[in-house]
Amino acid sequence: MSGGVLVYAETTDSKIHPVSFELLGKAREIAEKLGLSVWSVIIGFGVRQSARELIYYGADRVYVYDHESLKDFNVLAYKEILVKLARETNPEIFLIGATPLGRSLAPRVAAALDTGLTADCTDLWVDEDGDLIQVRPAFTGNILAHIKTVSRPIMSTIRYRVMPMPKRDEGRKGEIIIKDPPEEIDARIRSLGIVSRRKVNLADAEVIVSGGRGLKSKEDLKMLEELAKLLGGVLGVSRPLVDEGWITKDHQVGFSGNTVKPRLYIACGISGSPQHLAGMRDSETIVAINIDPSAPIFRHADYGVVGDLYEVVPKLISMIKEVKGVSRP
Amino acid sequence: MGGEGLKIVVLIKQVPDIERVRFDVETGKIDRSSAPAETNPFDLHALEAAVQLKERVGGSITVISMGPRQAESSLRDALARGADRAILLTDTRFAGADTIATSRALAAAIRKLGGFDLILCGEKTVDGDTGQVGPEVAEILDIPHVAYVSEIREISGDEVIVVSDMGDKYLYEVKLPALLTVTRELNTPRLPALRDVLRARRKRIELWSADDLADYEDPSRFGIKGSKTIVVKVVVPKVEHRRGVIFRGGDAAEKLLKVLEEGGFVKP
Repeated sequence: MSGGVLVYAETTDSKIHPVSFELLGKAREIAEKLGLSVWSVIIGFGVRQSARELIYYGADRVYVYDHESLKDFNVLAYKEILVKLARETNPEIFLIGATPLGRSLAPRVAAALDTGLTADCTDLWVDEDGDLIQVRPAFTGNILAHIKTVSRPIMSTIRYRVMPMPKRDEGRKGEIIIKDPPEEIDARIRSLGIVSRRKVNLADAEVIVSGGRGLKSKEDLKMLEELAKLLGGVLGVSRPLVDEGWITKDHQVGFSGNTVKPRLYIACGISGSPQHLAGMRDSETIVAINIDPSAPIFRHADYGVVGDLYEVVPKLISMIKEVKGVSRP
Repeated sequence: MGGEGLKIVVLIKQVPDIERVRFDVETGKIDRSSAPAETNPFDLHALEAAVQLKERVGGSITVISMGPRQAESSLRDALARGADRAILLTDTRFAGADTIATSRALAAAIRKLGGFDLILCGEKTVDGDTGQVGPEVAEILDIPHVAYVSEIREISGDEVIVVSDMGDKYLYEVKLPALLTVTRELNTPRLPALRDVLRARRKRIELWSADDLADYEDPSRFGIKGSKTIVVKVVVPKVEHRRGVIFRGGDAAEKLLKVLEEGGFVKP
């Protein structure tokens, strides 16, 4: 086995982003088809200990760049490392998570290597000619494009939570190679730290209760949030509410917000624009509550309630409280 | 930044109205005549940021787009909104470009302009949705970039301090010249005044061909010839079959509760 499928393992605060494990699972599958190895690269400070995790999830070899100067994400420094490593190791395929960080970093690496990059893929497979097919949604998910890359390495960014999470196997063996950090960090960009943390993490939520234009006032979001909490979930919204300034963008579900895939998605007063559907249509169970029986959201729902959310939701809340034995105030 | 203020370049793209564009389910082809063209909404925030910076510290704004001649209308709109100069890269040799071939053409055009301090563009386009062209242009020009900029805090002679919204919000200090891709939270684009629209009508839009950029990039790297990715097939995704059970009337909430209980979402 000479060539490899290289996976960039993204870290925040020296913790590996789970998309990296999903990519290793996919890389394993492709590598076995093509007779390649799976390599991974991790960059940061205090990340050395995590290298073994990457082996447990499927890497045969892990390149580690662990240095204080690499603690904060610096797109120029990280790019330089990845470009140099790719030139040294000549991977066939190079996969990066389509997180905000990955989508900022990958294009620079691709441009430096003068190779093709396919953004935000939702599937990858090897076709009968042995070529890698990269599938990505286009036009807010109305079509799926199948893309081949004619240059090497083939580079793609892959969406979080579309590939299955592989099984962690502590019995897996692999090689860890500690690499020197770059002698000089490109100082044209300086990270001054985090100014605010994300308040809600929609991508990882199991249950999301979302509100849309059917809400009459900002205060009414509290009602949906109460329902979300009772179900062990978080509050989402459609774009108009963010545009109105009712709530921050980290709550926004849709094409220009977050793509989500919870076990349960409850859309309240959301008509179901293509822009919104693009962000939630892969949810496991979809419930829609809407007063308009012709709202497009009903065509994408497992269960629909045609009714006024101001009647249905409070009733539902009090019934759930009863079941759960939560005493009324 | 010289005596004449900030030299700003804004990259814009004309796109179909994504909410209205139709698809031929048989061929998977986009029927571009089904929806009017507009400027990529994210790019309007980049242009607004440029205009605000110019108002603050002085300077000039050049907008560059690549596309067919009808993209002139987006450039004219940009002139009405406050750009000083507009350039359209238009040539059949630019056609069919993937992101890297697009970036090569845009970077070559920026080089041809001469000096610049700041390049601004939207975080992505609503039709391509890759978000790759900004960072690729920055790499080709060998300048730093920050993606997902939701706030421009300070700009001085040779650096800019910005907030990048990557879920968590990061503060970066970046040396100029630099490229920023911006989010919709950065600002609210103003509509141009009628007199500016009328004035923009008389302004000239410069048309540059692949040959015009030949001193800055090998034209074989533009368009479909310069592309490294090929769309081999376009399919319309099967809409996942949903049960589509509808509850109406007074006991709808009770029925929904039952569903939630059966799904294990509500437990005593």
